[in-house]
Amino acid sequence: MRRLGLRSVALGYLVIVLLGPVSMVFWKTFERGFGPFWSALKASETTTAFKNTLLIAGVAVAVNTVFGIVCGLAIVRRRFRGKGILNVFIDLPLALSPVVVGLSAFLLYGRSGWFGGWFDRHGIQVLFSLPSMILVTIFVSLPFVAREVIPTLREIGDEQEQAARTLGATGWQTFWRITLPSIRWAVIYGVVLTTARALGEYGAVSVVAGFNKTSTLQVQDYYENFNVTGAYAISLMLAATAILVLVSMMLIKPREAAQP
Amino acid sequence: MAIAVSQVTKRFGDFLALDNVSLAIAEGSLTALLGPSGSGKSTLLRVIAGLEQPDLGEVVLNGRAVTNVPPQKREVGFVFQHYAAFKHMTVFDNVAFGLKIRHRPRTEIRERVTELINLVQLDGFADRYPAQLSGGQRQRMALARALAVEPSVLLLDEPFGALDARVRVELRTWLRKLHEQTHVTTVIVTHDQEEAMDVADRIAVMNHGRIEQTGKPRDLYEHPANEFVMSFVGPVNRLGSSFVRPHDVEILLQPNGTSREALIERITHLGFEVRAELMRDDGERLSAQLDREAAEALELEAGQIVYVRTSRERVFS
Repeated sequence: MRRLGLRSVALGYLVIVLLGPVSMVFWKTFERGFGPFWSALKASETTTAFKNTLLIAGVAVAVNTVFGIVCGLAIVRRRFRGKGILNVFIDLPLALSPVVVGLSAFLLYGRSGWFGGWFDRHGIQVLFSLPSMILVTIFVSLPFVAREVIPTLREIGDEQEQAARTLGATGWQTFWRITLPSIRWAVIYGVVLTTARALGEYGAVSVVAGFNKTSTLQVQDYYENFNVTGAYAISLMLAATAILVLVSMMLIKPREAAQP
Repeated sequence: MAIAVSQVTKRFGDFLALDNVSLAIAEGSLTALLGPSGSGKSTLLRVIAGLEQPDLGEVVLNGRAVTNVPPQKREVGFVFQHYAAFKHMTVFDNVAFGLKIRHRPRTEIRERVTELINLVQLDGFADRYPAQLSGGQRQRMALARALAVEPSVLLLDEPFGALDARVRVELRTWLRKLHEQTHVTTVIVTHDQEEAMDVADRIAVMNHGRIEQTGKPRDLYEHPANEFVMSFVGPVNRLGSSFVRPHDVEILLQPNGTSREALIERITHLGFEVRAELMRDDGERLSAQLDREAAEALELEAGQIVYVRTSRERVFS
């Protein structure tokens, strides 16, 4: 009885807070049939926004995967000064409000900012264009791969790596043949989380985007300009992606746990 | 000499793991590094393999100075206490690892790996993953993996330490046979004196980062250089300033010249061996070891008064 009660509370909460709004999006999108949905998706603003999102998320995921693995290896396998500080700083993006991240990018890369002047003189526009949007997205999605990789590296220990060394493998060979395969599920899980975070980022990107739009920003834009169908169409695509991400996480997690 | 370690010192922070250690190991021998935990035996093995860098001193392998050579270029085979099996690879791929790294031709790899898998008696397990093997099987796989690259020396770090007692005895007999077949210079680290005596033809006893004595198992047992070696390579009674082995304590029912009166406090039957815990009239406690027949002939019982005579007592300065 008590278990049943708990279960209903948990499920009810999920329905009200999550499932309700998401299914509203589905319903609203197709309220007037498939036609308007399709033309909203085909609109040039929508496709541009999707392209931007793909590019930004792609670069952020690639950069943060490499950074996360390198950082994890440094923290777990090496001794160096400032390791504790590095370990704490990795979590900073989780604690910091994304708007603050956007604002600090603004201050750094704006015309009067520390780096802004240099870029300006070389004719590179960072602020209000894709580079700054990529930079802030990298920042907000930075911790996920590292946070997944670090505990896994600790758990597997370094004996397998030492064994590989005594068998003649160089550091590089050891990494590709032993370390990376051992942490692959952690890396994949981290990539999934990073992707989700990069796709959904709004606050930081909106500060530095200027007239550029990511799909998340485009939702807001359509909505403010009374293009409700457009807003719902993109929302639906984002929600579908999120569900895809969730399902892939569900598929990954048990395999990781069952791994010998 | 296959291995020559000279004046090696290694510190971990404040802890002195190796204190000016020198050791020479002959080609084709099977040497045990024996000592309690923290005595530096594993560190010495890891220094030989290049997994630890000594603070001072030199390592020479087969005439080549390797002190600054990384482990992958030392041509050593290393076996870890906890197997260090590559968990994402099959037994075959584990054993083949060193050969694949060396880009040997496929057919050669297949042949050599199959041969080694047979040698370590894992026939039929080639496609299994380490998680599907028992501890003893995993360690045999690790041995095959280390032997695959034809190392000039084979280094074993407490290889049987994580296995249960019966498998441990089985595996060391097997290791002894394997050594007779391959003749690879082998160094085994252990804290178990019985294991060292059983498997090795030379033993170096270590304590506090130093080598206390090196010699044949029997020499160490019969001519220990000091109190530590005497008490580490076998059971020992301390009587004042002298030491005597329990099997050199004789129990008599009648006083006889040099014998002394003693009370039997406890009798323990260990199959063939019987152990008597005694207290002498001067208050010294000691234990005597005798075989079952001798014990039965004397009809020993706890609480009985007997007479003890010791032989081969040893005093260290």
